[in-house]
Amino acid sequence: MGTGRRSKEYDTRWGRSLAATAVIGIGLMAAVDEIVFHQILAWHHFYDRSTPTVALMSDGLLHAGELVALVAGFFLLADLCRRHALHRRAAWAGLLLGLGGFQLFDGIIDHKVLGLHQIRYGVDLLPYDLAWNGTAVLVLIAGAVTAWRSRRAPGTGHPTTPR
Amino acid sequence: MSPAHPPHEGAAPAVPTWDPVPVLLLLALALVAYTAAARRARRAPRGWNGLRTASFTLGVVLLAAALLLPLAHTAHDPRVHMLQHLLIGMYAPLALVMAAPLTLTLRTLPPTRRRPVARVLRSRPLHVLGHPVSALLLDTGGLYLVHLTPVHAATQTHPAVHALVHLHYLAAGYLFAWSIAGPDPAPRRPGMATRLTVLLLAIAAHSFLAKLLYAHPHTWPPGAAHTALAEEAAQWMYYGGDLAELLLVVALFTVWYRRRARTSRPLVERGARAYPGAMFQRH
Repeated sequence: MGTGRRSKEYDTRWGRSLAATAVIGIGLMAAVDEIVFHQILAWHHFYDRSTPTVALMSDGLLHAGELVALVAGFFLLADLCRRHALHRRAAWAGLLLGLGGFQLFDGIIDHKVLGLHQIRYGVDLLPYDLAWNGTAVLVLIAGAVTAWRSRRAPGTGHPTTPR
Repeated sequence: MSPAHPPHEGAAPAVPTWDPVPVLLLLALALVAYTAAARRARRAPRGWNGLRTASFTLGVVLLAAALLLPLAHTAHDPRVHMLQHLLIGMYAPLALVMAAPLTLTLRTLPPTRRRPVARVLRSRPLHVLGHPVSALLLDTGGLYLVHLTPVHAATQTHPAVHALVHLHYLAAGYLFAWSIAGPDPAPRRPGMATRLTVLLLAIAAHSFLAKLLYAHPHTWPPGAAHTALAEEAAQWMYYGGDLAELLLVVALFTVWYRRRARTSRPLVERGARAYPGAMFQRH
């Protein structure tokens, strides 16, 4: 077994499975941020009234990307499942990488560079920022390890429905 | 409905009073024509999907609801206004586009009368007009024009301008949904990448305008009275527009998913043939 595992088809399957769920992870984390932090906790808002117009514009693009990413990822995943071409471990790795990647992006670019909003107002921000970005890095590491092991461990390339 | 309500705040009636009956009759006529054609198409060998008929009915109902909405509120409520615009410019057009009225027309027309329709479909101006970029400029560009210029104030005082703006929202909304994901024939429609990019820009532009109106209610739209309700209306625009655009993204990817089933080469079958068992070594 296994001489053909690293075939071109295997690589394509592995890469596409990882990419599809990474796209879902990005959209999912963005949606969680909007729903949990904007709406349920209301720590930070839709718009905090001090944001410059340029930042609002980039925020709009980001928001559009999130919406499209969520739908695109699920359709890519559905396409892979339909063709029995899903690499499950690569898919889990992709999801973790997407989730962590977006959270880190949000924590660094949105909060710090663009200054769209902070995590919470009227508190010492440091522990919040550390928790936010620390979680992001942990999830990213978990994703990278899963991706690494999905390549190395034998026999991970089983299709979703065995035939 | 209470038609005898006097307009509040001593202002001129914000929603111009007019008779909705002719438009409602026109809508009813369109629905009757569509269902009659659908019934005929159903008897033909290729049939006609009942979901398309349901979609057209939904579109007509949404338009009628949008027309009747302001009649129930004589006082100017920007939220009602926003809901009306969302229905006319985004939800109703999407439902109508998904009903594929042009395909139905072509299927039920006798061959001799199909030719002029085909000639229009082949014409250069239609290709330019139906390009996603021009549809975006007309649709979202029109939205910016109305909200950031005195056009908005004009709609409050001139019923004709108001009606024209609504007509524009409907036509541009239809054009945009059709150019992105319409099931009707669209010659020379650009590929998935172009349409996806245009859709991304449209979503971004819509959410940006909503936040801009929310952030600067004293500046935009020019001449409009600023109330707390106007802020709420901007939020409705943001979330309501989002949902409509989400539906359009799903429609676009559904087209992609269906076409991929027909055109893409198999990923696994070929590999499985080249290396027997290579893909399924897990027992």
